Amino acid sequence: MSLLAQLPVLPVIVPIVAAPITLLLPKGRAPHLWACLFSWLTFAACIALLREVSIGGPISYHLGDWAPPIGIEYRIDLANALVLLLVSGIAALVFPFSYRSVQLEIDEIQTPQFYGAMLICLTGLLGVTITGDAFNVFVFLEISSLSTYALVAMGARRDRRALTAAFNYLVMGTIGATFFVIGLGLLYQATGTLNMADLAAKLVGQDNRMVEAGFAFILVGIGLKLAMFPMHLWLPNAYTYAPSAVTAFLAATATKVAVYVLIRFFFSIFNFDFAFIGAAFTYVLLPLGLAGMFVASLVAVFQEDVKRMLAYSSVAQIGYMLLGLSFATVEGLTATLVHVFNHALMKGALFMAVACVVLRAGSHSINAFAGLSKRMPFTTWAFLISGLSLIGVPLTVGFVSKWYLLDAAFSAGHWYAGFLIVASSLIALLYVGRVAEVMLLREPAEEGPYALPKQDAPLSMLIPMWILVLANIYFGVRTDLTGDLAVRAAEALMLTAGGSP
Amino acid sequence: MDSWFEFVLERYNYWIVIALMMTGLYIVFARGNLVKKIVGLNIFQTSVFIYYITIGKIAGGTAPIYMGGELDHGGGHEAPAGHAADAAAHEAGHSASEAAALHAKIDNSALDHSNDLKEALKTADSASSAAADSLHQSPAADADKISNTALSHLDKTPPAGDLQAGFDVAHSDVTYGVADAAHHAAEIVYTNPLPHVLILTAIVVGVATTAVGLALAVRIREAYGTIEEDELEAADDIAEFGHEPGSPAQAGVSA
Repeated sequence: MSLLAQLPVLPVIVPIVAAPITLLLPKGRAPHLWACLFSWLTFAACIALLREVSIGGPISYHLGDWAPPIGIEYRIDLANALVLLLVSGIAALVFPFSYRSVQLEIDEIQTPQFYGAMLICLTGLLGVTITGDAFNVFVFLEISSLSTYALVAMGARRDRRALTAAFNYLVMGTIGATFFVIGLGLLYQATGTLNMADLAAKLVGQDNRMVEAGFAFILVGIGLKLAMFPMHLWLPNAYTYAPSAVTAFLAATATKVAVYVLIRFFFSIFNFDFAFIGAAFTYVLLPLGLAGMFVASLVAVFQEDVKRMLAYSSVAQIGYMLLGLSFATVEGLTATLVHVFNHALMKGALFMAVACVVLRAGSHSINAFAGLSKRMPFTTWAFLISGLSLIGVPLTVGFVSKWYLLDAAFSAGHWYAGFLIVASSLIALLYVGRVAEVMLLREPAEEGPYALPKQDAPLSMLIPMWILVLANIYFGVRTDLTGDLAVRAAEALMLTAGGSP
Repeated sequence: MDSWFEFVLERYNYWIVIALMMTGLYIVFARGNLVKKIVGLNIFQTSVFIYYITIGKIAGGTAPIYMGGELDHGGGHEAPAGHAADAAAHEAGHSASEAAALHAKIDNSALDHSNDLKEALKTADSASSAAADSLHQSPAADADKISNTALSHLDKTPPAGDLQAGFDVAHSDVTYGVADAAHHAAEIVYTNPLPHVLILTAIVVGVATTAVGLALAVRIREAYGTIEEDELEAADDIAEFGHEPGSPAQAGVSA
């Protein structure tokens, strides 16, 4: 019963035990400190897990000591250890960051519920990532989604549209989850098992209508959850009207975890023996990824609201991830994993900067950013550096992502996709440049609704934000750290998928 | 024509599932009232529950209970109970001899495929104690019941293609050697508990979703005074041109 032997279950157990206790704490500072403490503990457990996995190979943990095909298994390999580290790391930064922002945007009486819901959301996201059981994915997905609906709706104190946004998200998310369950049911009917490794073994050679239908249902279900291009309609409103700290957390984690689920199902469960799946990659994911990159980026350019602009940009960035995935090569998968990691860093930092502006200027309209560099220089530069990263300027993580993607596109023979990646990056330059112009060159408003106070954001917000910004640069220079892990993870995934490496 | 008709009729529960699924989805998309949307969502989810219950029925299936003699189940302290259970199992086995023979075979193959002998012991233990419990109540009636159900199922004809869709963990490995015997046992409709457990979980998730959705509808009603989607959109449009975006809205204070 040593703690180390139980390590794989800790990232799920720690936050879910802490969450209900949060509700018992008195309102105010206590729930925040409590949530921070447990987010750090979770982060520590995830770091330990990544170390274990990168040294000793994949870990299989049997819940309740029941062996895998019958019992539930937690299976951690490099791919999900990386995502675990990312999700818990972002949580460990956003939780301390959120205090001042939450103080402004949420009723004090709701703080225990808010932090409790954040912890439950964290549990769900980590659970989806860590589990080796297909039905468990659904349960954890819904744990995280249900708390997310509540968190988005808490933005209603500032803007009542948060309520309708949360409702639409709930309807779309539930349809997505139900599609996913139908897909699982079809797979279960075809194989009689729900364990991922067992599913993969039993699906070999099964090339029938049932498995194909299951694949399609899972693709659409997860596609709804991750805001794949034509199914992204819930995302802009939900991200815009949610409390700023929630947006920073969700944008950096929720869609990334959904992308991971897609990778896990496509590469670890289904294999490339199915002609059907190859066709889905080439004729569904590839065009939708490209379309998402362009349409969502173009829509982002014309937004008057910076938060909404970044939300559309997220949809576009998901397009890049799907594009990398659709090549079905080690390079493509590496690019997707690297971009999942890097995009979380840049979007987290960008939404944190917006949260700082909301704290001081009371709005996330682009007008509130006028002359920001003269009033809040630290926030401005955090936004600019992570914005440059979003475009893909060298020495930032965005460049690393784009480099891997271009490499993958050319080596997979989709040279036109390479040009389109560059072209859509230029659109990103347009929308980030627009905000940059307003921040750097305009004079700050002296009066009116957007008049800025002279002080910058408080240190409790600046420090977590700048840690993320520096991570953007650090991982942009030390490309070997994420790159190596991602290549190893991608090779392991491709090996189980049985495709040509 | 007849075979086509049978094909449709035999799968009537799947047709119910599809009809409910489409009805639910249609309501979600076509209705503007938020509560009706939630109702549609519920109908949609219910169709999935029915689907899972449907796939839990296996013609010719059996619970993965070990019935061979090699394992010493029970242990010293509960020896009498163990023996009684053994006797009950044997009696049941004789009364439905063909089926029992098949059970033993299938169970052996299941055991071969399960890597962990401890798992088998666990199931064997729980099975023996369960059998012992029922024996305490009324041993004769128990044996009769088993043989009766076996006999009554003999009359029913097996639906085509069900064997091919064997979805139980223990059965997916049934080889051609036992396929012949399996044909005889196909009359027994076994209910796999696992899909029921899964769908219980899904029902809990569905209830939670409904609760959150209805709570949101209440809050929307408080903030806007309506739960009709087109009126909500109109109110938002007015608000957007009336106020600057981002300024605190007039409603939604109560929490």
